[in-house]
Amino acid sequence: MRAPVYEALEKLKKRRVVPFDVPGHKRGRGNPELVELLGEKCVSLDVNSMKPLDNLCHPVSVIKEAEELAAEAFRADHAFFMVGGTTSSVQSMVLSVCRAGDKIILPRNVHKSVINALVLCGAVPVYVNPEVDKRLGISLGMEISEVERAILDNPGAVAVLVNNPTYYGICSDLRSIVKLAHEHEMLVLVDEAHGTHLYFGENLPVCAMDAGADMASVSMHKSGGSLTQSSLLLTGKNVNWEYVSQIINLTQTTSASYLLMSSLDISRRNLALRGKESFAKVARMAEYAREEINAIGGYYAYGKDLVNGGSVYDFDVTKLSVYTRDIGLAGIEVYDLLRDEYDIQIELGDIANILAYISIGDRIQDIERLVGALSDVKRLYSKDPAKMLNTEYINPTVLVSPQTAFYAEKNCMPIRETAGKICGEFVMCYPPGIPILAPGEMITPEIIEYIIYAKEKGCSMQGTEDPKVEYLNVLVDERQVWK
Amino acid sequence: MELWFSDYQTDKVKLSVKVEKQLFGEQTEFQRIDVFDSKEFGRFLSSDGSIVFSEKDEFIYDEMIVHVPMAVHPHVRKVLVIGGGDGGVARELSYYAEIEQIDVVEPDRIFVDVCREFFPDNACGLEDERVRIYYEDGLRFLRTKHGEYDLIINDAIDPLGHTAGLFTKEFYGNCYRALNDEGIMVYQHGSPFYDEDEESCRVMHRKASHSFPISRVYQAHIPTCSSGYWLFGFASKKYHPLTDLDAARWKARGIKTWYYTTNLHKGAFMLPKYVEDMLEEEEDRKVKE
Repeated sequence: MRAPVYEALEKLKKRRVVPFDVPGHKRGRGNPELVELLGEKCVSLDVNSMKPLDNLCHPVSVIKEAEELAAEAFRADHAFFMVGGTTSSVQSMVLSVCRAGDKIILPRNVHKSVINALVLCGAVPVYVNPEVDKRLGISLGMEISEVERAILDNPGAVAVLVNNPTYYGICSDLRSIVKLAHEHEMLVLVDEAHGTHLYFGENLPVCAMDAGADMASVSMHKSGGSLTQSSLLLTGKNVNWEYVSQIINLTQTTSASYLLMSSLDISRRNLALRGKESFAKVARMAEYAREEINAIGGYYAYGKDLVNGGSVYDFDVTKLSVYTRDIGLAGIEVYDLLRDEYDIQIELGDIANILAYISIGDRIQDIERLVGALSDVKRLYSKDPAKMLNTEYINPTVLVSPQTAFYAEKNCMPIRETAGKICGEFVMCYPPGIPILAPGEMITPEIIEYIIYAKEKGCSMQGTEDPKVEYLNVLVDERQVWK
Repeated sequence: MELWFSDYQTDKVKLSVKVEKQLFGEQTEFQRIDVFDSKEFGRFLSSDGSIVFSEKDEFIYDEMIVHVPMAVHPHVRKVLVIGGGDGGVARELSYYAEIEQIDVVEPDRIFVDVCREFFPDNACGLEDERVRIYYEDGLRFLRTKHGEYDLIINDAIDPLGHTAGLFTKEFYGNCYRALNDEGIMVYQHGSPFYDEDEESCRVMHRKASHSFPISRVYQAHIPTCSSGYWLFGFASKKYHPLTDLDAARWKARGIKTWYYTTNLHKGAFMLPKYVEDMLEEEEDRKVKE
């Protein structure tokens, strides 16, 4: 199977071209420390767009071919190589379908990139009331009846956005959502930042393109194995991809990295050739870890047992999420202990859960280390669970559009005094990067308590102008209420 | 014919052994295993390019990791050997009549088969009727064990390779739990000499001294190990390796050794100044934390 960008780079290398173009390090010669760190092979591939290598801004040869092969592998009408992370894919999806004032229907547990796109374009979010698992403290998928209600209440909305799956592995009934949205002439955009493997593995939840969705953002660098910051944007047959290309070029770099693009090309080929076996192995490892972790006692590693046909329509078994509150530790505390005491870095810890990312790069002996460490954490550090804050998901009240709030005149106030005000910025734990507050939302006493508790437990807070999150920016003119 | 095997002790220092013949070579699920015949070291086995043991010097290692704790603990009945698929440790343990059970946990079945075929003098230890071999991951085996063992011997060698999980805090913690209240764990502590080995040596002592009330280090001269100088860790819940040494009792057993004596036992805990300083620095860090 071909990998056109990769092949073009190999060919170029053999020609030993003398570079009188950028990048100025000239195959690394001008920056020996960088060569020492990254290796000669790597820096020699860091080259500029040129005729034999095509140009990402307007692909006509090898990048075009590579994108066509990616579209084929992902069963899409068109695929774009993206070099600004899945953030750029998600924003391009939203900017392609929304204009100022348009409504878009979405769950509240979207990645911040979605709301950032709304700040940029001036579209207005309509949040679908999300079901929450009270015990785990995580938001679940969207019930089809709730989506229907949002659609009927907002007949002019332009699109529905769906997470497939969520960070924690939870899937909504994507096929039914697509059918329903299309019946009401709305497009369906899918954030598949955590779903690359759905296109290749077996016995996994349905992927966006197979469900008939119109656009999908796929983080190849997560489960797909490509380099960090590389991503794919897929479009279906209802979408004018030439227009999407123009939207992408509004913000995309004109010096796209060939390291990133070749990694997309090679990873796509890898997935197409070996994805099925690889993800079967990942699923087996995750299932094994779940059984072993649940056998320790005190932890709850959840899986398909959450599936209820509605808010958890399906579960992605390659995800390893573990509920830790019953041993008296917040997920973020277990996350910190694993890193500081056991040299194990996991993907995220929130108030009540941890998430360990299992991928094609894992080996069973590493899984044993994780399980062994969790068992030791319980032995040495467990506390009384009664003292934990019960973390219910807090449903936000949107009073002003994100764009209006973001650009409005604001006051900086101590966080404890902000109850009842309209927030002018984001507050989120990273990871997962899902906003606790977004611009334009009402600040409530429960939200303030939640933020302070998350900070105390050691969550890394982001989004605010004040790096310590002791102050929040709130809107000055509270009459500026949009509805 | 001239054929040399090189073991890179650092990327700038290697130990080369003239090889007569390669007897075996295979990549298993866990490691690359090779067996060679040499004039100087006799047969030797390498894992991922590093010598694990040779016929000429394995006695030093096996005697030191077994007889030191056995001369201290007054009544060992149940022993767990993690790694140790070659059988050398089990062989030394088999000389003690009071031991009732020896569990050997080795994930790589091919490693055991290779040792049985090429190193029968070691592997004979595995034929003792008290020995049970479990072909599984050491950490996994330990997870379900609570207060069962008098002695745990961590025979795994490479803190960076496929046995990395056996040099971690969770491993020491899980060992602590698997031992009874009088239990002792001995483990390979690596070589302190080269810069790149020093850090892992430090980390090991830090982790063990955090997990166990008594944590001492002893040494041996093993030519095929990195810099020829090797350390062992002695971590214990109750018995001190020097004050609880019962030399008379051990001598009365009449076990034939070539390296270990009860005099050497005491000397082995007397460490060079630079090693002592390094270990004390890690213990101080424990107090500060």
